[in-house]
Amino acid sequence: MKKMYMISIMVLLSFTTIAQIDATLLKRVTQDTVAMKLNMDAVYNRPFLTMAKIPVALGGYVEANWQHLGTDGISEGHQFQMRRLTLFVASSIYKRIKFLSEIEFEDGTKEINIEFASVDIEFHPLFNLRGGIVMNPIGSFNQNHDGPKWEFIDRPISATQMLPATWSNVGFGVFGKLYRKEWVYAYEMYLTNGFDDQIVSNEENKTFLPASKKNPDRFEESFNGVPLVTAKVALGKRQVGEVGVSYMGGVYNKFQDDGLVIDKKRRVHVFALDFSTTLPFLSTWLNAEAAWVKVDVPNTYSQHYGRNQMGAFVDLVQPVFKGTVFGFERSVLNVALRTEYVDWNKSRFEETGTHIREDVLAVVPGLSWRPTAQTVIRLNYRYQWQTDLFGNPASKTAGFQIGFSSYF
Amino acid sequence: MKRHAFLFSFGMVFIVFQACEHFEPVAPAENALLDGPVEGLSPAENIRFLKGDVAFNDDVFTASNGLGPLFVATTCGTCHPGDGKGHPFTTLTRFGQYDGTGNQYAHLGGPQLQHRALPGFAPEVLPDNVGFSKLTPPANTGLGFLDAVRDADIMAWADPNDNDGDGISGVPNWIVMKEYITARDGTIEHEGKYIGRFGKKAAAYDLHQQTAQAYNEDIGITSTYEPMDTHSGLLIDPEITDQTIHDVVFYLKTLKAPIPRAAHRDEIISGKAVFEQIGCAKCHRSEMKTGDSPIAAIANKTFHPYTDLLLHDMGADLDDGYTEGSATTSEWRTPALWGLGLSKFSQGGDYFLLHDGRAKSIDEAILWHGGEAANARAQYKSLTSTEKNKLIQFLESL
Ligand code: HEC
Ligand code: HEC
Repeated sequence: MKKMYMISIMVLLSFTTIAQIDATLLKRVTQDTVAMKLNMDAVYNRPFLTMAKIPVALGGYVEANWQHLGTDGISEGHQFQMRRLTLFVASSIYKRIKFLSEIEFEDGTKEINIEFASVDIEFHPLFNLRGGIVMNPIGSFNQNHDGPKWEFIDRPISATQMLPATWSNVGFGVFGKLYRKEWVYAYEMYLTNGFDDQIVSNEENKTFLPASKKNPDRFEESFNGVPLVTAKVALGKRQVGEVGVSYMGGVYNKFQDDGLVIDKKRRVHVFALDFSTTLPFLSTWLNAEAAWVKVDVPNTYSQHYGRNQMGAFVDLVQPVFKGTVFGFERSVLNVALRTEYVDWNKSRFEETGTHIREDVLAVVPGLSWRPTAQTVIRLNYRYQWQTDLFGNPASKTAGFQIGFSSYF
Repeated sequence: MKRHAFLFSFGMVFIVFQACEHFEPVAPAENALLDGPVEGLSPAENIRFLKGDVAFNDDVFTASNGLGPLFVATTCGTCHPGDGKGHPFTTLTRFGQYDGTGNQYAHLGGPQLQHRALPGFAPEVLPDNVGFSKLTPPANTGLGFLDAVRDADIMAWADPNDNDGDGISGVPNWIVMKEYITARDGTIEHEGKYIGRFGKKAAAYDLHQQTAQAYNEDIGITSTYEPMDTHSGLLIDPEITDQTIHDVVFYLKTLKAPIPRAAHRDEIISGKAVFEQIGCAKCHRSEMKTGDSPIAAIANKTFHPYTDLLLHDMGADLDDGYTEGSATTSEWRTPALWGLGLSKFSQGGDYFLLHDGRAKSIDEAILWHGGEAANARAQYKSLTSTEKNKLIQFLESL
């Protein structure tokens, strides 16, 4: 019991120590707030620190939390998690040549990933070249995934367990933007290395695009020599919001090896729709993403591995208080609600003609407090129903999570 | 303001830490679940149980750890979800044996059809004009108790010549023992053959054989016990350790027996009386005892499985023209009825009863009974609807 009080006090203390960093040593680069930002700008739209005259800007964010979740009466107990530490380094190499990299340490040092490392050359606002490790612009979350931007401790299931966020690959591409009065039009298109056959052969026992992230060679060679195409168009209106439509597709299997045919070419297609807006009157922020996956799974393989998937999340964030709390003059308290759903196998059993399930539904109400825009302290309560392939009674998981995420 | 905010945040954190477990889903009642260990395992036995549980439910086979190339499913748990009966998606097909002379189609992939294959490989197809059975996965609960029944008891229930004249003549399936199996104490031999007790035709001697064959034929995983690759027919390196097989066998042996629900309700007590009156219990024996066992929790225990572990001729309607061991094509081992009422919670909400899942309700399953059970079926049909109802409620309470 004593432990509990200690922990509560520590959590509270950590709220106050954030204010004690001497901010005068480092200069914060203020973000360009006049130009309208889209999800595609998220990589640069971050707080960076610069020192004296060095042309390199540094930044990063950290996320940590406590949680106490239980499934069908079996509790995991108290868990303290260091979900991620991410470092960004950006530099302006020359006039319109920029470099940015993002390195992420997940779950301590269990996973270390280069999420992004690319050089951008601007020839014209409508025509920029980008090469290196890029984040494939599928949906909005993949590009705009920084912890401090979200009111929820868990990343959306549809974005990380169906779509493979964060999903970056080596490749090249072009992007551009056009501003017309209140509107901005944007496009992106990349050719990168792609998926491999682990998407239909993995320990999740279901079609699982994120399984390809386990391939350690994917930054060095393509699994089958066929590029993955990712393309997105987005439309934004100042004060209103943004919609994006994106596609990603390619061949995922090895159809020949050493010149010998070992299978036919099998494709994966992903479509995504994203939308965000601030609703009038109450300034409720609504952010949603939906995606559809289609995979050519051989007929003679198992229906266990779904050919069609669908997933979505909708976040609603309602600011309920703006003002001074603990001396933070511009702090904001929000109530938030996430609803998310994924169906990993949208089809019918050949044997019975009934729906194959393998789906999850979750609702996550939460409270978040932002002492500044860059830092969020969040309390979430998750309730989740997970149904197996056959539609047997769902296993239920629920519990509280408390954590913070902050840029530094 | 500051004080309010402080009190509010302190209060929130305090409440969440204090009360977190109350906001988590409660466990389903013990008797609503089939999985879980038998009571009274030692800590060391619990550790082995958990290892077997992981191997049975969580170890997913893929091309990279041995799956196939030909297979039917990718884990044990897919076919036996929550240790309950399986869904028709996991029904498997066996073919090519008509009598005690063995399988005539081994050269064409018999006895088991592996109708799924890794990409690039062609799965097996059923040869033309061959007798075959479809088999829906049974529940795995309480198998350790059935495994620990003495051969002598099973022999005592058999009545091959129907000496008591009740029309029911249970016989054991006499099978050839696999060379890797260690016989039970007091096992009974008959012309070099032994009593099988697992599987729908009772063609597996014990859980070790059942497990090694399941890995091999259902998932395409070879072991030192069953080293033949079902695709190439070659003896290949083991794809799973002996230890894992032993852990899974231990897990199967120590799964609890299903716990009846509402056994004390009047309708259920009278339903049970009807069950005995009309002769169901002659095959679906309600009570038996285990012999000695190295696992104290299952040694010398009385239990209630509703089977006699014997084969019965079930008539022409249930004769698919396929068999195993010394059983005839119309003979099936009496399935245990314990856990029957929970079947639909592992079969996706519907019942798929009998060996091939053809019966969509308990009533339908009873009406398919023929052969030695024709008399029991006739008696069932002549029950009033209230009596039938009570009988079914009793069966659902098991
Ligand atoms: C493709 C589906 C499938 C898979 C995979 C599968 N089983 Fe089975 N299991 C069945 C079927 C069908 C039967 C009935 C077989 C028979 O009649 O011989 C069965 C029977 C059994 C039995 C006998 C139960 C009884 O009451 O007689 C046991 C024990 C068993 N399986 C264990 C396992 C283990 C252990 C694994 C994993 C190594 C496994 N099964 C994998 C379908 C499957
Ligand atoms: C002669 C022995 C015998 C008698 C008598 C008998 N059964 Fe059965 N019962 C069997 C056998 C053998 C099967 C399996 C048949 C198959 O799978 O095709 C079976 C299957 C069942 C099943 C389906 C179980 C499952 O898991 O799929 C139910 C329910 C059942 N019996 C209930 C009854 C009831 C009720 C009676 C009395 C009216 C009865 N049985 C009488 C031998 C018998």
